[in-house]
Amino acid sequence: MNNFAYGRPETEQAALDLLTQSTLPKFLGGGTNLLDLMREEIEQPETLIDLSRLPLDGVEELPDGGLRLGALVRNSHLAGHPLVRERYPVLSQAILMGASAQLRNMATPGGNLLQRTRCYYFYDAAARCNKRIPGSGCDAIDGFNRIHAILGASPECIATHPSDMCVAMAALDAVVRVRSSRGERTIPLVDFHRLPGDTPNRDTNLESDELITAVDLPALPFAKRSLYRKVRDRASYAFALVSVAAAVEIEDGLIRHVRLALGGVAHKPWRAFAAENFLIGKPCEEQVLREAASLELDDAHPYQHNAFKVELARRTIVSVLTELANGR
Amino acid sequence: MHLPGEAHTVRLHVNGIEHTLQIEARVSLLDALREHLHLFGTKKGCNQGACGACTVLVDGERINSCFALAIQYEGRSIVTIEGLATAEGLHPLQTAFIKHDGFQCGYCTPGQICSAVGMISEFESGLPSAVSAGMSEAQTELSDAEIKERMSGNLCRCGAYGGITEAIQQVYQAQSQAHQPIAEEVSR
Repeated sequence: MNNFAYGRPETEQAALDLLTQSTLPKFLGGGTNLLDLMREEIEQPETLIDLSRLPLDGVEELPDGGLRLGALVRNSHLAGHPLVRERYPVLSQAILMGASAQLRNMATPGGNLLQRTRCYYFYDAAARCNKRIPGSGCDAIDGFNRIHAILGASPECIATHPSDMCVAMAALDAVVRVRSSRGERTIPLVDFHRLPGDTPNRDTNLESDELITAVDLPALPFAKRSLYRKVRDRASYAFALVSVAAAVEIEDGLIRHVRLALGGVAHKPWRAFAAENFLIGKPCEEQVLREAASLELDDAHPYQHNAFKVELARRTIVSVLTELANGR
Repeated sequence: MHLPGEAHTVRLHVNGIEHTLQIEARVSLLDALREHLHLFGTKKGCNQGACGACTVLVDGERINSCFALAIQYEGRSIVTIEGLATAEGLHPLQTAFIKHDGFQCGYCTPGQICSAVGMISEFESGLPSAVSAGMSEAQTELSDAEIKERMSGNLCRCGAYGGITEAIQQVYQAQSQAHQPIAEEVSR
């Protein structure tokens, strides 16, 4: 790992000041992704700004019945928080299905939002990767692309976003709060991450002078019944091939509200708006659910080794919504 | 703000003793423990957060020391495998791992044991896991399936998982009967 300058501010303002005054700075949260990337020399910051002393590690109730999750609350504490477990079980589940217990004790929501893809070619300095070196090419497109995207990819990049937490947050209409010397702004989580297009080196719409301070979850009473299902190659401690986060409210046998998001299929957590719109007012029955899932996956573009994800995503959507409808 | 390559004075509180080190910011907690404090119990397996051999406890919670800069953990209470036994004898999990053959080569064992200490404390605090029946229900029974899921961050290439699960189960059962949370043992 290259050497770097190190600062450990105690306030948001001091962190932002260091960010603007330093050369090639990066914020350090839990370190579970950034330190790995630095060892591989994929990330080579010249300054690390350690955020561990900032007072952003709380979970607060919002007046509307939602929750504000501090950007630096550790993932295990977030997953175990009584109000998160009660109001947004899908989020607790998603976090607990990610990584290992040790990593969850270190990782933070701010870092999770900014984690980089696990595409093998991104990690392999000998391979071509437009995300790592813009314009160098993509060895995944004609390579071993079993874990890669089926939705929203581009000829430049077919990497997926690896997060579980963000998939649940996408389903829950979460809003990311950020701060810079220019002031504060909010970014809906579904707009926080980008599709690769011709700039796959940019994962998110966060600007280089901005600090993530919190993630807000709006009140969503029917999310009390919500579910995260993760399909992966081993039962624990593996990234998703496909995952589904969902919440549904059924009244008089018809779907009144539904939230649906997919993981493991795109460069960003994939909110399934097309399927949601189709489902409103319809019965939660297998044929209807399958049609909704197919609608969402109509535009899927699989590659040589990942065509299985299309049917896997379809079946997982049907299975999760059926389980929710049956009263879990 | 410190410049690149500059040595920092870092105070680490390890197993009840405060140490003052002169190290670069890029030194991991794992390397600080092994190479600077000569606490060789904590093992370097993969050095990339995949194997759990480097697991230590920070303020009673388990973490991968390979993914931690020592300087991030200044002032926190760190416990390694060397800090679990006392003058009176081995930690109950150490005794149980011996009794149940919870290892063959032993390389992953310090990480397994530190991880198990943290895991039991997480369970007792009510944290659910990915295999728990629901997120809002209270956690009542530490089943073997729960132990396996909660310990999945610790690999054992010898495949001693059966013995590891039995050892942890035995210690948890004995402690829950004695109503003596393991967390108290750690903070000692």
